[in-house]
Amino acid sequence: MTKLAIIQEFSFQTYLLISISLLIMILTILLTNIVLNGENMLTPNLITNYPSSNPNEAGMRSAILGSLYTVGSAILIALPLGIATGLYLNEYGGKSKIASIINMSLVNLAGVPSIIFGLVALSFLTNVIGYGRSILSGSIALAFLILPLITVATIEAARLVPSYHRLAAYALGAKKYQVVFRIVFPKILPSALTSSILALSRAMGEAAPILIISGLIFIRKDPVSLLDRFTVMPLQIFNWISRPQQAFIELSAAGIIVLLIILISLNITAIYIRNRVQRAVIE
Amino acid sequence: MQTKSKLFFISKRNVDLFVKFILLFAALFTVAAIIIIIYTLVSESLSFFSHVSLNEFIFGTKWAALFDDRSFGTIPLLIGTLLTTSIALSLAIPLGIGSAAFLSEYASRDIRKIVKPIIEILAGIPTVVYGYFALYFITPNLRYFIPDLYAYNALSAGIAMGIMIVPTITTLTEDAFYLVPNSLKSAGYALGARKSIVILKIVIPYSISTIFATIILAMGRAIGETMIVTIAAGLKPTLTINPFESIMTMTAAIAQAATGDAPHGTLEYTSLFAVATYLFVIVALLNLISNYIRSKWEIKHD
Repeated sequence: MTKLAIIQEFSFQTYLLISISLLIMILTILLTNIVLNGENMLTPNLITNYPSSNPNEAGMRSAILGSLYTVGSAILIALPLGIATGLYLNEYGGKSKIASIINMSLVNLAGVPSIIFGLVALSFLTNVIGYGRSILSGSIALAFLILPLITVATIEAARLVPSYHRLAAYALGAKKYQVVFRIVFPKILPSALTSSILALSRAMGEAAPILIISGLIFIRKDPVSLLDRFTVMPLQIFNWISRPQQAFIELSAAGIIVLLIILISLNITAIYIRNRVQRAVIE
Repeated sequence: MQTKSKLFFISKRNVDLFVKFILLFAALFTVAAIIIIIYTLVSESLSFFSHVSLNEFIFGTKWAALFDDRSFGTIPLLIGTLLTTSIALSLAIPLGIGSAAFLSEYASRDIRKIVKPIIEILAGIPTVVYGYFALYFITPNLRYFIPDLYAYNALSAGIAMGIMIVPTITTLTEDAFYLVPNSLKSAGYALGARKSIVILKIVIPYSISTIFATIILAMGRAIGETMIVTIAAGLKPTLTINPFESIMTMTAAIAQAATGDAPHGTLEYTSLFAVATYLFVIVALLNLISNYIRSKWEIKHD
């Protein structure tokens, strides 16, 4: 190799190494920074107490419960809808006009910025339908935010089911719905589950739509009904971040630690399920 | 025999139709959602545009929706959005493509096993966390080098946004790199090309349309991102391209009004929908371009 070629090769490899190590460094710095800032405030108060103007007593009990209620209901709406949509598009839709309309809507829905879901929910769900600025409005907005994720995962999984499985069932005299529910459905269930866990963690981290629907309010009681007003973890953290006092900034870092622990364990669960399923398929 | 067997009180042939319609009914929710989104945005915007001219909205240079002396020019918001987005992309494109090339062409299996989860974790971090990182880590550290930097500025928000979209670019680009046929790469090596030349002249050109589609997709995400800019960029609609100053993006303008008071039906309230419609149109156009590029590509390789 010429000298120039060696220099070129070396600098290119350096560039690639720098890119990948920067990513690893950024994640390390981000996590250490948050842990160092938040560890002092990481007390049981954070989970058991309601928000307060005194940072040493403030907690995010209502936000944690709000997140569980909102995201839980969102999944209950989005999972059946997403699986059904995916099954329809892959098993029944074909190249029909209606399927291409659904497909187009799906692609567009996936690209809508999350804040717009909040704004439309504020106008349509809270004012037109009359659900108010409630958990129900929030969970419907989040459900449609994650619907494309679950649908696309279902379609991709259904595509991977070999057609001879379907043909074998038909040859034995099965009806189409039996093929869909006895052959295809069990095969897509694991990836639908994985994608819904990932969708769950996506919905749990969303602050923008909930900020629009719920506003920045103090909630000092547990939610009891789906029509209650609410706040969620990322929104409570945002509230603390925007306060000037140092104690609240540390509190927001502590809140982030709690949120990240929940999200990362959800992600690890999803990865674990995916790996098990992949292994099962190979075996 | 078959036709006589029943499930509840429906015959099996009808069950087939019944299931098909149930699934179709569920699938139509996606269509309904898009229709409701467009209908809501348009109807609320129309009531806004009966008070403010479209001309003032698109070309006006002053945004002051919540003050007594109201003004609804979106140029500062548009410039603010483009400023943070271009900072984010100029960081995320080289980082994303570089790490994708490393993962697909250089990394051993074991290294991939460690690095892939790191990228997945980065992709799963909520945007409020990136906002926190921009405001309380990136800005204070940048101030050592740039003393003029405002406490709330476009640069830090843009950098944090860049970190946010790197995983999208890395993952999709890496997937594209795997689709490059080995025969092409081997042919390159057989001609005596070095690894860097094979990547730059064969792998990247072969996947260039996916890379473009991915970048446009990432751009759409950056334009629609709200929390990072609301937290770290200043919520101040300055008409500037200086990244050291405070700015306001379109999304931040919507979020700011939500944290303040914009009662239902007022001009401030409907102005949010006008901005959201503008945002929706921009992002939808970007998605359209991205999908167009991708579908062209699929035809070419079939």
